[in-house]
Amino acid sequence: MKKLVNDPKNVVDEAVAGFGAAHGDIVRVSLDPVFIVRSDAPVAGKVGIVSGGGSGHEPLHGGFVGSGMLDAAVPGAVFTSPTPDPILAATKAVDGGAGVLHIVKNYTGDVLNFETAADLAAADEIEVRTVIVNDDVAVKDSLYTAGRRGVAGTVLVEKIAGAAAERGDDLTAVAAVAEKVIGRVRSMGVALTPCVVPHAGEPSFTLADDEIEIGIGIHGEPGRERIKLEPADAIVDRILAPILDDIPFTRGDKVLLFVNGMGGTPQVELYIVFRRAAEVLAERGIEVTRTLVGNFTTSLEMQGMSITVLTLDDELTALWDAPVHTAALRWGK
Amino acid sequence: MSVDVAWAEAWIRTSARVLSEHRARLNTLDREIGDGDHGENMDRGFQAILPKLDGLTDATTPADLLKVLASTLISTVGGAAGPLYGTAYLKAAGAVSGTAELDGDAVVALLTAGRDGIVLRGKAESGDKTMIDAWTPAVDAAAVALAAGAGADQILAAAADAAEAGAVATEPLVARKGRASYLGERAIGHRDPGAESTALILRCAADAAQS
Repeated sequence: MKKLVNDPKNVVDEAVAGFGAAHGDIVRVSLDPVFIVRSDAPVAGKVGIVSGGGSGHEPLHGGFVGSGMLDAAVPGAVFTSPTPDPILAATKAVDGGAGVLHIVKNYTGDVLNFETAADLAAADEIEVRTVIVNDDVAVKDSLYTAGRRGVAGTVLVEKIAGAAAERGDDLTAVAAVAEKVIGRVRSMGVALTPCVVPHAGEPSFTLADDEIEIGIGIHGEPGRERIKLEPADAIVDRILAPILDDIPFTRGDKVLLFVNGMGGTPQVELYIVFRRAAEVLAERGIEVTRTLVGNFTTSLEMQGMSITVLTLDDELTALWDAPVHTAALRWGK
Repeated sequence: MSVDVAWAEAWIRTSARVLSEHRARLNTLDREIGDGDHGENMDRGFQAILPKLDGLTDATTPADLLKVLASTLISTVGGAAGPLYGTAYLKAAGAVSGTAELDGDAVVALLTAGRDGIVLRGKAESGDKTMIDAWTPAVDAAAVALAAGAGADQILAAAADAAEAGAVATEPLVARKGRASYLGERAIGHRDPGAESTALILRCAADAAQS
């Protein structure tokens, strides 16, 4: 497997250093411990928002640090949750006196490490609230699993909670907005090829040339079923149905439709997917009022995509439209 | 040898060597039903403790070293394994705090507290296909050995044997916690990497008491 790396052990450190060098107008980076904060952190009187997780999903989360979105991102090793120390350091770095919200994707390691960091922050008298994103409908949320995974819907939670913090909401209100988004956002993905973790050097799973994995996780974890490759429209229909049936989304809903690339799929294919997804929503009487298409929550070089649907109301629409200035998302101002 | 601070140091150093030797194999087990980094993460954590051990010349009890190991693992391993093993060692240290030489009762208390710490953090039960499926048989076997009048070293050996058998016994299980739980029945036939690393670590504890 060919990769643009030096020593696999240095992948995260070197990428974060590069990110800091490229986006010094927006962020500052710390290399020991590793975290990324917006350049004007801490913003006095504003709720700080910290997210993080294993690396390999870029631009999630570092690409979303900046005004109107995250105050800090804490990247762990590739596909491995960060430890509590850097999470605590990032939390302290963004605490402007109004408390800090942790946005955590629902994986056992992420939840345990953020929980430990929040305990440590509380000991330092920083008020921390935590929200857990679990938008992936591919996994049954039951007593018999670790619960639904957090995937691309996390981007929408970060944008909207970030906007709420930027307009001056207090910690309780920012957490409530984040929970509101989590309650209304659902996703599911598909993989055409596996990804290769740099230090492992071999594919994290195998798929035959004519096979795809429906319901893939963003670390290559398997989903619902493995099937033969189908035309794009059939695949979209297959993953969109369980998303729409989950809440469920109903006729008359206004939604944000987000087609996310997994890293190795060209944009041209993402738009083919978007076209069909928009058709299906129109057939169901669901109005797409906001859109996002691109590689935002990736799984290294995996080919594949996920579809995310979020029900909007006036408040969420206004927060989505609010100005944002980060490496990976920027509009307004 | 007696189960004292020298034993604890030998346990940690042997664990670091053995986990390093088994890094690729643990990664492979994890790749089959998880995300393929368990060996990498455990190796990183146990390599990080080694330079600290050299500076801990004033440690007088096993708990002194296990506490440092706990905080090192929590701050270097990441994933679920960091907080889980870190909590295990922290609680194990707490159970034998201030005791210079561990007798059979103390060894059983140490193992029990370690297991309970993992349950507290991870909320897994026996049969969930996690490291608990190695820990709990080990704790049970240690208690049986203690009741039969075994010494501390024999208790550790019984625990190691039971942990190994427990790790093997995870193979037919469906996972109910952690990333493998997403697989449903597809996890059947694969050994849990956390149970395997627990078996390796408890074998190191037994070996350190023999030498």
